[in-house]
This record gives sequence, C-alpha cells and structure tokens, in this order.
Amino acid sequence: MKRRDFLKDAAIGAGALALAGCSSGTVRERKTDGAGSDAEDGTAANSSQMEIRTNPGNGDRVSLLGFGCMRWPMIKGPLGTDVIDQETVNALVDQAMAGGVNYYDTSPVYLQGQSEAAAGIALSRYPRDSYYLATKLSNFSNHGRAASIRMYQNSFKALRTDYFDYYLLHSIGRGGYKAFKERYEDNGLMDFVLAERKAGRIRNLGFSFHGAKSDFDELIALHEKYHWDFVQIEMNYLDWRHAKEPRNTNAEYLYNELEKRGIPMVIMEPLLGGRLAKLPDAATEKLLQREPGSSVASWAFRFVGSYPGVLCCLSGMTNAEVLGENLKTFSGFKPLTEEEKEFLMGVADLLDSFPTVPCTACQYCMPCPYGIDIPGIFRHYNEMVRTGSMVTTANQDDYRRLRRKYLVSYDRAIESVRQADHCIHCRQCMSHCPQSIRIPAELSRIAKYVENLRKGSF
Amino acid sequence: MDSPIKKDQKRQTPLGKSEGGPSKSAKNARGGRQNRWSAVRRVLAAFSLLAITALFLDLSGTLHGWLGWLAKLQLLPAIMAANFAVIAGIAVVTLLFGRIYCSVICPLGIFQDGVSHLSGLRQGNRRRGEKRPGGSKRLRFGWKPERRWLRYGVFTVFVLALIFGIHVLVAVLAPYSAYGRMVGNLLQPLWLWGNNLLAKIAEHYDSYAFYTRDVWLKSLPTLIVAGLTFVVLSVLAWWNGREYCNSICPVGTALGLLSRFAMFRPVIDADKCKNCKLCEKGCKSSCIDIANHKIDYSRCVDCLNCLDACKFDALHYRFGWKPAEITEKAGEEKPRVARVSEGSLPSDPGRRAFLTGTAMVAGALTLDAQAQKVDGGFAKVLPKREPEREGRLVPPGARSANDFYSRCTACGLCVAACPNGVLRPSGDLEHLMQPHMSFERGYCRPECTECSRVCPAGAILPITPEEKTDISIGIAEVDYELCVVNRDGVNCGNCARHCPTHAIHMVAKEGSEFRIPSVDTSLCIGCGTCEYLCPSRPYSAIRVNGRVKHINISES
Repeated sequence: MKRRDFLKDAAIGAGALALAGCSSGTVRERKTDGAGSDAEDGTAANSSQMEIRTNPGNGDRVSLLGFGCMRWPMIKGPLGTDVIDQETVNALVDQAMAGGVNYYDTSPVYLQGQSEAAAGIALSRYPRDSYYLATKLSNFSNHGRAASIRMYQNSFKALRTDYFDYYLLHSIGRGGYKAFKERYEDNGLMDFVLAERKAGRIRNLGFSFHGAKSDFDELIALHEKYHWDFVQIEMNYLDWRHAKEPRNTNAEYLYNELEKRGIPMVIMEPLLGGRLAKLPDAATEKLLQREPGSSVASWAFRFVGSYPGVLCCLSGMTNAEVLGENLKTFSGFKPLTEEEKEFLMGVADLLDSFPTVPCTACQYCMPCPYGIDIPGIFRHYNEMVRTGSMVTTANQDDYRRLRRKYLVSYDRAIESVRQADHCIHCRQCMSHCPQSIRIPAELSRIAKYVENLRKGSF
Repeated sequence: MDSPIKKDQKRQTPLGKSEGGPSKSAKNARGGRQNRWSAVRRVLAAFSLLAITALFLDLSGTLHGWLGWLAKLQLLPAIMAANFAVIAGIAVVTLLFGRIYCSVICPLGIFQDGVSHLSGLRQGNRRRGEKRPGGSKRLRFGWKPERRWLRYGVFTVFVLALIFGIHVLVAVLAPYSAYGRMVGNLLQPLWLWGNNLLAKIAEHYDSYAFYTRDVWLKSLPTLIVAGLTFVVLSVLAWWNGREYCNSICPVGTALGLLSRFAMFRPVIDADKCKNCKLCEKGCKSSCIDIANHKIDYSRCVDCLNCLDACKFDALHYRFGWKPAEITEKAGEEKPRVARVSEGSLPSDPGRRAFLTGTAMVAGALTLDAQAQKVDGGFAKVLPKREPEREGRLVPPGARSANDFYSRCTACGLCVAACPNGVLRPSGDLEHLMQPHMSFERGYCRPECTECSRVCPAGAILPITPEEKTDISIGIAEVDYELCVVNRDGVNCGNCARHCPTHAIHMVAKEGSEFRIPSVDTSLCIGCGTCEYLCPSRPYSAIRVNGRVKHINISES
C-alpha cells in the first residue's frame, strides 16, 4: 500500500511538473474568434505541445483536446454492481494532465451517476486553477425546481469545487423552445442559473444541443436574452452534411450559425462514439492510402480541430493507448487543408451508404425498463455491417460462415433475454436518444434479420 | 486323459476356428488364451458405448444421422416404438447365440464391464505379490445361485408397471434409460463446460468454432436419480460384476428367458475339467457352477472370458442345444470366492438403491434455484418461472401426451438434443424423468426437429420442419392481469409481433389508446414463441396449455 501511495504521489508530482510546463507559455495558441485566426499562422508546429484555444469571451486558454468523462472503464464492485475503475481513471487523468489536457467534461448522470465523483477524486489532486471543469444540469427525469437545484448543488460536492468553469443545460433542443421553457423557464431555473453565473459560481453558461434545425434556431434566438457563453454541439465529418435530418441538424449549419454569432463551441461525438475510429474496409483503405502514418481516428479529430470556432473537442477516452494517440494528434496540431476536408466529405458519402445504426453508445436510453441492451445490440450490428459480415441471400458462397459468425457473436455479445426480439416497443427510450434513432424499429429490423438467420431461411 | 498342454494347442475358438500359433499376448500367460471373440466383443462394445455416449453429447446435431440407429437397437425403446424388426432380430440373435446384446449393445452393461475391469486392474495391483492360486486380477468372482425371486419379482413389477403406465418404475429400471440419464445429467454438463471453456478461448482468438451453451439444472430429482444410479451401479459392478444385469435388469431377465435355450453357448467338458475353478472365479456373471459342471445360461452374457481362463481346454463355445438345467441346491454348498465386502453388501442392493432412489426423489421435488446475475447498467430481468399448465406439453411428433408418456422410456436423448432449452425431465412422480416442454429459456423453434429425429422409442415420431408448422401441440392463453399493457400501461404486442402463425391479434383495449392481445385458437400451434418473448416476469402473461391430442391446423 505504501509503495503504491508513493508511486501515486510520484505520478502526481510528474503530472504537476508537466502541467507547470504547459501553463508557462510553451503551448501553441490559436484564438477562436474566427476571423482573426488562421489555420497556418506561421508558428512552427512543435509535436510536444498541446494545441490551445482561447475563449474569446473571458480569455480561458483551453486545450483543444478535452476529456469527456462519459466512457471511463467500469469494473465489478464488491456488491456485484458496476463501479468506476478509479485507479485507472486517476492514471488516465495523470496522463492527460501531463499531456496538456485541461478541460474535463462530466455530468451527474454519466456512468450510472458515478462520473462526477470519480472526476472529483482524480482532479482534486491537482490545483483547481490548473484545469477547467464542465458539468451539466441533467434534469431529464425530474425537472422540478427543487430536484434540479439539488442536482446542481450536489455537483459541487461530487466535483470538490466551489465553481464550475463551464456549465451546460444538458441536451436540449428536441421540442424546441416549448420544451426548453417547460424545463428551465417555467420553474424559474433559468433565473437561478443566471444568478449563479452572476455570483461567479458558473463562469460560462451554455447548453448542449441535439435536435432539428428549427429547434436550434429557437434556442439560439435566446442568445439575445441569456447570452450563451458557449454551446456544445455534435460535430464530425459524417454529421457535417449527413446528420439524419430532419430530426437532427447538420453540423455545418450549427457551426456556421454559432460562428456567425461568435459563440465558441465545444464539440461532442467527434468520433461518433468510436464509429469513426473503426470504419468499413473501403473507407479505412482510403484514409490509410492517403496518409499511411495517420490513424483513422486522427482524421476525424483533425477535421473538428480545423475549424477555428471550436474551443475544445471532447473525447471519451477509455484507456491509455487511445489517450496517448489523441494526445499525439492534438500536440503539434495539423489542421486539414480545404482539399483534405473535401476528401473527407467523400469518405462521409461512402460511410453514409452503409446501413449502420447511428448509435454513439452514449447510454442515455439505458437502462431500458425491459432489460434490452440497446447500445450493445447496435454496436454488434454496426460491427457486422462494418466488417462486411451481413448476409444478403442464403445462396451466397460464404452464407454458412457469415450466419454462424453473426449468431455466435451476437449470443456472446448480448445475453439472450436482452436481445432485440425482447423489445416490446414501449417507446420509452425514444425520447432519450440524442440521435433520434427510432430504437424499437431498428431493433425490430435487427431481430428480423437474426430470426431469418436462425431459421436458415434468409 | 490327455495332457493339458497338448490340448491347449488345438483349442477351439467360439467361432469354431482353430486358433493356434505362438502369437499370444503376454497377459494370457496364466494359461488361458484370448479367443478371437473377446477381441471382437471388446471392439464392438467400445464402439457401442462411445457411440451412444456421443449421441448424448453431440453438439453439432450431425451424429444422429450416422449413429442414431444404435439408440434404436435398444430393446425397450424398440418395444415401445413397436419396432418389430429390431425386437425379432434381438430375439433371434439371443436364441442363437445367447445374450450377446448385453455385452455389445447395451451401454449400461458395457459400462458395468468397464467398471468391473477397472476394479480388476486395481485389485490385481493390490494383490500383486500375494501368493494365490492363479493370482489373477480376474479371479475374484464365484458361483452364486440365481436370485430368482428378486429377478422375476422385479421383472413382474416392471411388466406390470409397463402395462399400468407407472412410468417412474419403467424409467428407473430400464437399462438404456438409466445409462442415458447418467450421461445426460452427469457427463453432459461436464462436456458442455469443457465446450464453454473452448468457446471462451475461441472468443479470445475471434474464432466462431465453439459456441457457448447454457448449462442449467433441468430437473433436480432426475439429477439425483442419475447420481444414485451411477453410484449404485458402479459399486455393484466394482465388487460383483454383472450382478445388476442378472438380478435386477428386466431386459436382462427377459433376454435370459431366451438365452436359456440359446443354440450356441459355452459348454463345460466334464471329462477334461480339473475343477480348478479358474473359469468360475473369472465369471463376472457368477453363473458357472463347476461343482456340478453347469452354467446358468439365463445369466451368461457371452463374454467368454471363461474360455480364456481354462487351461485344460474344457470349455468351448459351441452348438449345445438342449435345455439348460440349473440345479439350485448345489449353489448353496459351493465355496464362494468370498470377496471382501460381499457380506457387507445388502443381499439385494439393487432394490434397495431403487427404493432409496424413489424416496429421495419424493423428497426433492422442488425445482429452480438459479440466481440471475444482473448488471448494474441494466434493468433487472427476473428469470422466468414455469407456469401451471392445463395439459402437459409434449413435442410435435408425439401424437398426444398420453401416447407420448406411455412410450417414453425416459432415456433423455431428446432432452440432451434439444438446442432451445425447451425439453426437460419432469419432476412430478407420475412422469418422473420423462420429458415435458416449457418456454422459460427458449421456444420450440420452427426449423428445429431434433427431438423427433433422435427418439428411439417412437414416443416422438420423425417429422419435417414443414409438417411441424402445421402441428398444434397446445393453445396459448392470455392472462390479462399480468399483461404489461394493463400492468405497466405501456404499448407492447411482442407476442403478436413474433407469432409465427399470426394467431395473435392486437385488439383495442376499451377506454385506452393501447391494444391487448387476443389469440385465434384455430391458428395457434403452441410453439411458445409468445410465452418466451412475453415481457411479464417471472410468469409470462401468455402461456401455452397442452392439447389432449395434437392436431393438424390445416385439417381442423
């Protein structure tokens, strides 16, 4: 135990040193006020320096790579329940801090409600002014004033802080202004958070958006009244023009609208929950061919980071390898050229032709009251699509192999009582899905496919 | 009298051919020579045992096509299936050659030979160095008089049980069923765990070669009976060889009635016999009475180890057609080869085992103790419980529950073969160990006809998947109080969505936007898809009641 503590202390020390290095001006800067910034500003890219963006509102110097605390590893606790693997989280945060990551985004509902506390434990080992903390008012299930304020206050305790650098109204948009009004205005919550901002306990107030174009327009119109300090949007090269409209909005539109107003953006789902890190062979080949030394995921990050209005790009990093790779991408950051962006648009067109389910495994739909493992089923299905393992006819040559592959891996991935055929179409998940996936219909589609395979009568 | 050595050189083999020459294995150095039949018998027996065992363990479903006939050769299933060719064949073979069936077809008999062989090896090792006449590992038996009252008592009880449909007795006593039960309940779980281990390894290497199978307790009483069967038979075989086959087994008794008159048989040549009793002590059926130079052919299973044992060429397998006469009185006087525990064994161990078996069974009728592990990130999914049904469910291919249960010998082959977790042995006394269907772990899938393919007893007749879609084994019934539409106030319809015959209609629920299920009984085949996929737990809101007689939907 002692030895471990010693090692931990040593790690903290190392992290702090590295951080001191970062904050002493060796980082490469780029303002996010759009017009003034230039992708190639002449500064020689130093591969050891984290890309830093400056918040035009208050001068916050934010690392372009932010740590999304939604996908940390879970292990089985002593009671058989899932608990966050705190030791790994601490190590990840140490690694991130040492690499110059200073933006940490969490929420009271992430990871079965354990994310904030884990972030609090890991980050409180560092000086409070060495990182920016973002959390959210995730009052989905109960937007009563008292319950919401309790949630807000609890976040301070869990995160061991007395102020939030960035505070978001969590996942608004669907239902437009009407829904917003009901959730935040009618109960006086909006006045409450505005007062909190005034008191300095919320340094930046914003919202995270999922929804249709008209919903966005209604919310952004509130800028006049509330002054959004930042907005968090889903942006990546697939959603740039291929968001499933009309229920969702193309990132291109969102970006331009925000850029126009000079509102800095925090980006979520730059990889679509990992889907853009693992592409179908045809797309992977295109990317690797173009730049053999760069990973598939790095393209997606560079796409997002190439837009100057982006303050921070969140990534939910689960292990040291992924974190290390991302640190590499964002240190000595190389923005894409216009030509490269167009090339990615071509890849996006190709990806859009695959019948994948646009699930990002955010888990908002979970737990399904009837026990279905919704993200697990979609992940498995998408993986089969990605690897070209889908059967189109029983007469094809590799039918038996593909059939066995799908069925065996399906049973391995998903317990039988949590499989798609058990979905009863109660539709309770639908309102939770930020991607507006018609979950029951998609599950039905997969269940039918599986049933055909089982019957062998595809 | 001739010198024994000379005779030895011209000894007759059971197949009537002279077997001479020096090429004898070392293990026969004690005097006897291995006759050709012994080798053939061992090969056939090993094949039968392995093949039948494999039928119970086969995960690929392909083995039955090749080896399924072995199960159909079993006498009791053949009788149940009214398979006259097999019955007549076995009768003729037995009349001609004796109880060869017991040595090479019956897996339980072969199993006991195996145990007895191991016991011989071990006792041989233990006694090595001891000076005993002929100190052989095999010489540990001795003549015992027939336990006639027990034998025919059990046989009578068995026949009565068959006639009056007391299936428990039949299932416990039938040798092939007993063996199937041991393999299905004791060996199959180990086999599956081994498979699952391989599946884990395969998963690690992204291979789909192995598929994880559910290992679950299908029936505790059956497991207990199987365990007891295994222990009792092993103990009996270890000490007394074929005691079970000759004192308890009704098939053995029935065949014994024929083998008394067998045309070919081992015969003692009294002139040559030196009364050394090597044959008697080596006879695992304890049926050679050297004092009177008699063999009880009703108990002889034709292993012909006695021919090997004889140093004086006094035993031959040959035509010997005259009714065997067993002198009972001689038996009592005979110096038994007192085995260590003979006195301590109950005089009637088989019956006692049977009685304790049933007692245990009666006391252990409670089922289901599996706990379900639930992940924190998921809503708890309660394990389903088996509902009370009006009418038992038996597989398509059985004509009716009555017909099914009157034919089924409870060997468990269909239970082992069912890939959907539907068939399991029953726990109630009336149908103890005979299978029935339920849908907690899966449903009777439309493309699957495994059980009908494997049943050796004709309890489930072979059907095709096409025929199956037309056979109604039961009718679904909705419990509207449990239905989640009523209970949780949600939209559902999962039963209707998956019903393969579209027998379930979702109808408007009065005063509500929701719809509730209603069964068109004329289309329901009782496959259990609805029951399995019903979200209501632990009891489904829709359950299938078995039909008294299965019917064809298209003809009703």
